[in-house]
Amino acid sequence: MTQWTRRHLLRTGLAAGAALTATQCARNPAPVGTPNNPAPGPEVNTNQIKDVTLRFIGTGVSQINEIRNKAQEDLGIKLDMRALSTEENNQIAITQPNQYDVFDGEYFSLPLVVPSGNLQAIDVSKIRDFDKIVPIFTQNKFDGAPVEQAQGTFPYKVMYLPDQESKEFATEATNWATLIPFQYNADTLGYRPDLVGRTIESWAELFDAEFQGKTSILDIPSIGIMDAAMVVEAAKLMTFGDKGNMTREEIDKITDILKEQKQNGQFRAFWKTFDESVNLMSSGEVILQSMWSPAVTAVKAKGIECVYAPLKEGYRAWGGGIGLSKNLSGIELDAAYEYINWMLDGWVGAFLGRQGYYSAVPENAKKFMSAPEWDFWYEGKPASEDMVDPFGKTLEKQGAVRDGGSFAERMGNVVVWNSTMDEQVYLVQKWNEFIAS
Amino acid sequence: MHSTWKSLKPYVLVTPQTLVLLMFLVFPILMIGVVSFWQFNGYSMVPAFSFENYKGIFTSEVSVRTYLNTFKYVFLVWCFCLAIAFPVAYFLAFHIKNDRLQIILFLICTVPFWTSNIIRMISWIPVLGKEGLINQFLLATGLVQQPVEWLLYSDFAIVLGMVHLYNFFMIAPIFNSLMRIDRNLITAALDMGASGFQVLKEVILPLAAPGIAIGSIFVVTLVMGEYITVRLMGGGQAASVGKLISTQIGSLQYPLAAANAVILLLVTLVLVMAILRVVDIRKEL
Repeated sequence: MTQWTRRHLLRTGLAAGAALTATQCARNPAPVGTPNNPAPGPEVNTNQIKDVTLRFIGTGVSQINEIRNKAQEDLGIKLDMRALSTEENNQIAITQPNQYDVFDGEYFSLPLVVPSGNLQAIDVSKIRDFDKIVPIFTQNKFDGAPVEQAQGTFPYKVMYLPDQESKEFATEATNWATLIPFQYNADTLGYRPDLVGRTIESWAELFDAEFQGKTSILDIPSIGIMDAAMVVEAAKLMTFGDKGNMTREEIDKITDILKEQKQNGQFRAFWKTFDESVNLMSSGEVILQSMWSPAVTAVKAKGIECVYAPLKEGYRAWGGGIGLSKNLSGIELDAAYEYINWMLDGWVGAFLGRQGYYSAVPENAKKFMSAPEWDFWYEGKPASEDMVDPFGKTLEKQGAVRDGGSFAERMGNVVVWNSTMDEQVYLVQKWNEFIAS
Repeated sequence: MHSTWKSLKPYVLVTPQTLVLLMFLVFPILMIGVVSFWQFNGYSMVPAFSFENYKGIFTSEVSVRTYLNTFKYVFLVWCFCLAIAFPVAYFLAFHIKNDRLQIILFLICTVPFWTSNIIRMISWIPVLGKEGLINQFLLATGLVQQPVEWLLYSDFAIVLGMVHLYNFFMIAPIFNSLMRIDRNLITAALDMGASGFQVLKEVILPLAAPGIAIGSIFVVTLVMGEYITVRLMGGGQAASVGKLISTQIGSLQYPLAAANAVILLLVTLVLVMAILRVVDIRKEL
């Protein structure tokens, strides 16, 4: 046997490296027509952005390694992602503008973030597929469905700025956008059919004496208050002028009702993060609660039955998008626009779609989804094969139907969006009293 | 020349530490104090000099109740920690003669710190939950017909979690002072005809007092600022000052949170001073 010297090892390594490089190069032949010449035009641009690193902040929902890796591979830029809670995300967006280049946040955060002046307006004309974005966002239209009348911080309300430098929202569509949407969903109550024993059809059931000590509500004021409003209204305990923008009297009244329910022991717990809600549900501590769609799929992935109930009063929706930091300019800004265009191009939409989120441009996502996947997630048809999430877990068996049905049925029946109200400070104060009471 | 250096030397030596303390302790606390007088307009802080935040705290029934609730936790956790830590430390110090075994057993007391706080908290769910170990046992033996609900997401769970978490901070200082007790004192007491209980009461307890005091300071200050255990073990339903502050920070209400932090700091300092009043740590160390 030959002795492996260091020199030997080096030489072999170099040879192997050279061979690899050669084959790699051979696999990517230069574009036809430009044999020795790097392509002019857009190619120059992409070559330049290769050294750019974009720092993202966002919630755990979309700050996912697979998305980062694919973006880095396709665009050649580097992404640095930070997964935060909804609250931390807003805090950093508002108070630490130098810590991020791209803000991945929710529409209801915008009334807080935009006045800080930390975001720059997005030039809509540079977004290739802007016209294909679901009109809920761009025009507040959706074939006349109830969602057009939905209350709260609906995306269209905070989608546009009157001009590039403005810190106030425009009342109609302009060329300057705040966020470019890429994921959204219709939220509702989740329950354990094995422990509940019947079908849940109304938000009012959350306060049903039958479930005393077995329910939960989420403890993020802007979202929790909307779920609470849906419940209180459905239970005919009170009515609102506008659920999405309550008056002080309405806030007082609803927190009094919530405190009373808490005193009666209606709630088992409150949750703040996605994982907490999954733990509560899968351990059987709670059998009916406000939930987010991936939390339901996470419970199902553990082999536990869980229904994301379509309720007769309608859904509470949320929307997330990408905003650009004021600090971005030059090549970095170009790279960020490249990212947005890539994000709308369909791969991300399909990836998130396999977890139950909707894409801003469904027709693009469709290109990257198999026909059975598209039929199940968007059309509300029975699964013609097992539905597998992007991480390889089987979510639904063949024959299952998505809770709530098709895209149009679910998003069309949205009646409220997560909200930041005029009385936000007062709401947070009263909400804290409810939690602490 | 030589004499000036001699008089200056202590000041020069103390400068680096002073600067570090000023920059990383005194300055941030002063900033918190300043911000607590500012105002908040929904998304940002506005410099001002207003007593609104303090007025809000002292006139709100909820914050008063929250402080009382926190004191309740402090008292309960302190009692249980002391009740558990003293016998444990006593056993380690006086009954384990083998040095190596003593060290091993002492290290075993640190086991709760081998994983993160949050994982430890979550691990309680399968033990205390409705479908948890204890309830399964109780149901199987027919002791109860319905699962016992107050085991988890209750004050009981919060106190249990905190005792589990902070007991070691009580054990370590008590163990330390027990180890310093001159064994001849005990022999002398026994020779003079003292009973075992009298030795404990007249000799060991007074000499262990500094350890108990230091342990109490640890436990009291830690529990006063506690929020993650309160949130996870209380199922988000129980209130403590720390949790109140964290919720306020979460909703960007920094001035209000700062005012609460200032009050919490003052209250905690008063408690620590009260402990130091009872036991002169410096004299007995």
